Amino acid sequence: MIRRAVLLAGLCAATLAGAAEIRPTRDYLSPELRAQQQDPSRHPGWLWVDEGEALWRRGETSCQSCHGDIARMAGVAARYPAVASDGALLNLEGRIERCRTQHQGQPAFGYESDELLALTAAIALRSRGMPMSVAVDGPAAPFLEAGRRLYETRQGQLNLACGQCHDDNAGRRLRGDVISNGLGTGYPAYRLEWNGMGSLHRRLRACSLGVRATQFDLGSPEYLALELFLADRARGLPVEAPGLRR
Amino acid sequence: MSGSIIARITLPESAKKGEVVPVRVIVRHPMERAVDAPGLRPVPRRILHTLRVTYAGAEVFRMEMSPGIAANPYVEFTTVAVETGPMVFEWEEDGGAVYRREAQLVVA
Repeated sequence: MIRRAVLLAGLCAATLAGAAEIRPTRDYLSPELRAQQQDPSRHPGWLWVDEGEALWRRGETSCQSCHGDIARMAGVAARYPAVASDGALLNLEGRIERCRTQHQGQPAFGYESDELLALTAAIALRSRGMPMSVAVDGPAAPFLEAGRRLYETRQGQLNLACGQCHDDNAGRRLRGDVISNGLGTGYPAYRLEWNGMGSLHRRLRACSLGVRATQFDLGSPEYLALELFLADRARGLPVEAPGLRR
Repeated sequence: MSGSIIARITLPESAKKGEVVPVRVIVRHPMERAVDAPGLRPVPRRILHTLRVTYAGAEVFRMEMSPGIAANPYVEFTTVAVETGPMVFEWEEDGGAVYRREAQLVVA
């Protein structure tokens, strides 16, 4: 009887997901994975968080020497990507790299390096649970439109737009996993398939490959604009980073 | 040969004498299994093959790990709280390296 009730609840959830409602990705995870995502003692992503917290304090011109304790980064991840003073759209990774090269006088870590993933994860953790609230007006408006265009355009040999999976079929299964609403709130995330931590752009490259479309570079303007659109799509939903994904 | 390794060890904040306590440990390691197939660049096996845990002067846990275990292996086991003292975790890697980490178990 209990099992039937659970099954019914699951069916209701699946039906709800089919509608236009956008739900946090944790709602689409298996109960086991969802519990593990909330448990630092079992979440391998925390191995990167630990490294990131050490990097925050490392060196003479450390992050800490300007910004103070990493706890002061609370809320930052919820506001990124954001447009910098020179008009460039920066995500958290881009912001960190810019800080490192311009203010710390250090060579960039490089996109998808363990160091950059670690620092990004450690900073994003401070915003965990906070509602996404990126700015999309003023200088960000054209980037948002570019991102929306990429999201809505059919692409690749399979001729699919993002929404045909992540809006129309969210909650249903594809290749052994449940399709989510395609939000970036959990990234950087530890993905079991990767056996490690990875950025949102790495995940987007996997999506592009999946529909056999052009894969853009990590940190490319296309993915940055899409990241902004996805962040706006997730407005009000909680930051989940560092996430745990299949 | 002994080096440092990133690991997270989770113990209860404190335990009563004689209490069964859960021990959780996750370690960062690629667990590189050997690659040796036609057309592929061969890669030698480099995994953590043994985890040994000592506490209160005795070995309380030992595990042989195989190449089939995923990267960043997570292990959970229980032991009996005897006295306040360090719990020493030692991982042996292919090639002879030994990594050691400690955590304090407080017994009230």
